[in-house]
Amino acid sequence: MCMQKMREISYSEAIREALDQSMKTDSSIFIIGEGVPDAYGVFGTTKGLKEKYGNDRVLDMPLSENALTGMCVGAAMLGSKPVIVHQRLDFGFIALDQIVNNAASWHYTFAGQSKIPVVMRFVIGRGWGNGPQHSQSSQALYAHIPGLKVVMPTTPYDAKGLLIQSIQDNNPVIFIEHRWLHGIKSHVPSEPYTVPIGIPKVVREGNDITIASTSYMTIEAIRAADNLKSIGISAEVIDIRTLKPLDTSQIRESVRKTGRLLVMDTGWRTCGFAGEIVADIAESCFNFMKDAPMRLTLPDIPTPTSYSLTKTYYPDYTDAIMLVAKSLGKQKEAERLISQVKKPTHHDVPDTSFRGPF
Amino acid sequence: MDEAIILELFKKMLLIRKTEEKIVHLYGEQEMRCPVHLCIGQEAAAAGVCQALSKEDIVFSNHRSHGHYLAKGGNLKRMVAEIYGRSTGCSRGRGGSMHIIDKEANFLGSTSIVGGTIPLAVGAAFHIKKNAENRIAVTFFGDGAVEEGVFHESLNFASLHKLPVLFICENNSYAVNTHISLRQPNRKISDLARAHGLNAIECDGNDAISVYKAASLLKEKIGEAPGFLELFTYRLVQHCGTEFDHLICRPAEEFHTWADRDPLKSLKVKLSAVGTTADKIEKDIQNQVDKAFEFAKTSPFPSSEELYMNVYAENERDKL
Repeated sequence: MCMQKMREISYSEAIREALDQSMKTDSSIFIIGEGVPDAYGVFGTTKGLKEKYGNDRVLDMPLSENALTGMCVGAAMLGSKPVIVHQRLDFGFIALDQIVNNAASWHYTFAGQSKIPVVMRFVIGRGWGNGPQHSQSSQALYAHIPGLKVVMPTTPYDAKGLLIQSIQDNNPVIFIEHRWLHGIKSHVPSEPYTVPIGIPKVVREGNDITIASTSYMTIEAIRAADNLKSIGISAEVIDIRTLKPLDTSQIRESVRKTGRLLVMDTGWRTCGFAGEIVADIAESCFNFMKDAPMRLTLPDIPTPTSYSLTKTYYPDYTDAIMLVAKSLGKQKEAERLISQVKKPTHHDVPDTSFRGPF
Repeated sequence: MDEAIILELFKKMLLIRKTEEKIVHLYGEQEMRCPVHLCIGQEAAAAGVCQALSKEDIVFSNHRSHGHYLAKGGNLKRMVAEIYGRSTGCSRGRGGSMHIIDKEANFLGSTSIVGGTIPLAVGAAFHIKKNAENRIAVTFFGDGAVEEGVFHESLNFASLHKLPVLFICENNSYAVNTHISLRQPNRKISDLARAHGLNAIECDGNDAISVYKAASLLKEKIGEAPGFLELFTYRLVQHCGTEFDHLICRPAEEFHTWADRDPLKSLKVKLSAVGTTADKIEKDIQNQVDKAFEFAKTSPFPSSEELYMNVYAENERDKL
């Protein structure tokens, strides 16, 4: 039998395809954001949509993040389905009033009489000296707010399926991309499909430890798991995919099997999302734990810019390997492993071919 | 001036006044367990603007919203029940006085963050224009909202896209107890709207007929540019609550000057001049208000199960 070659596209192409296919079938969708209709099209994710759907549905916007978020909320109340795009998650802070005070609570406050189906796309920046205001990772802040859904896909497959699902959802959805994922390629079916919001996904099976991770840190988690095999450690990796709502039963089930937990998140430590997973597992799986749960996150420090400072700032798969090995009493083997596998590479770009835009 | 319109304006304003006077009268019972921001003295603004609107036109409002809601045709019983926190309330007890809604009247909601609903009206207008609907969106806010960034952002975008939206600024000179002279330089608020390219009119906000005429004119010209109406008015009660606190927070002379310009008194004179007696109207409205309070006070509270409902809107898929 001849295996048909599976189509592979990048994460940014998957986002673009999700927007295109959604807009094609639902004329109530419009997309707005700084640079959305321009030649770069927000890292390629909106490229060509203006030509296809026109200026009325694919719009640039003034630098008014708060009012334009409110504008989308108002339009959504009447039946529009807006997608608002921000090239950085940091820009969302300017729109927090409308996101938190209006979008998140409106449906509840007015006893379910109005729906707010707005998708807010944000991109986490990282590396190349993006610094304190262009690389923050504040997903936990959004996940804290009742009424919001928070989605953070890692793979191109999930990016497409979760974006189509988010657009169809009748609630405000914070859709968080990571700049270092846009170039990643994997199999993505060409037809439209959805991935449910709220369900994590096991991406590596294993028995010795459970690693639950968000967004780009899932890439580092997989790297860690693949390397840990060579020192006889079998790690199960679970991509959290959606922060809120989140059914943690798969993570709980995994920890009941492995007895160990490491959570890897792209955000900060204190009150971060990793802490939320640790708390959930501590409450539900306490008697199954063989060791204290662990977190691998950013330190509680604003993002520095210098090449040398960011090197220490961002944890990677080797930090994960060391934490796992320590829990399992294989520190020496892990140190030897890291000295063998760790290649001298630049830590501030996703890969050596990456030339921006950042 | 059309007599029927004067009568309509008077009825709207009297309904607002009588409702709020009843709130003042009963607030001490502590059954209305939420903050109330009354608009006694400002009724002409709400009535005059809403008189110029059709049922289909959309209205958003702020924390001082009873007048806007009632003038737009919002259900009185359900508003009072909401203030009483009952399950028959227009927001089923989730919102209270500051979060009221009547979708049938196209009063789409009032909220309590200053300036918060200004962009919502712009979004509604964006949807209206995109779908070529024959209606407009309106938002009421005070002079304090003009100091918020979102005000300028909203006017900029509305003007850029020539959206069918009418911005109504009720300038009562106070943000809580802080006079406008301590908050804004000596320039006209309406000039800010003109700078953004809007059609702007300043008007005596205590003269319901003038307000109605100005709002009608701006609505007529909405295809040309969004409209902005600055209404000079004065609240005769305290910022929040039911006390008349002018002697503590505001100059007595200022208060009395405005009290003499009570918008209901001046309209009542015009009503008599056209041969209609107000007595019967007053009696009917008082009766209507009394019934609404009776309805509210005897309505059940929402059950504890209701606390958990409507955090998220259901999706079609969820029901399968």
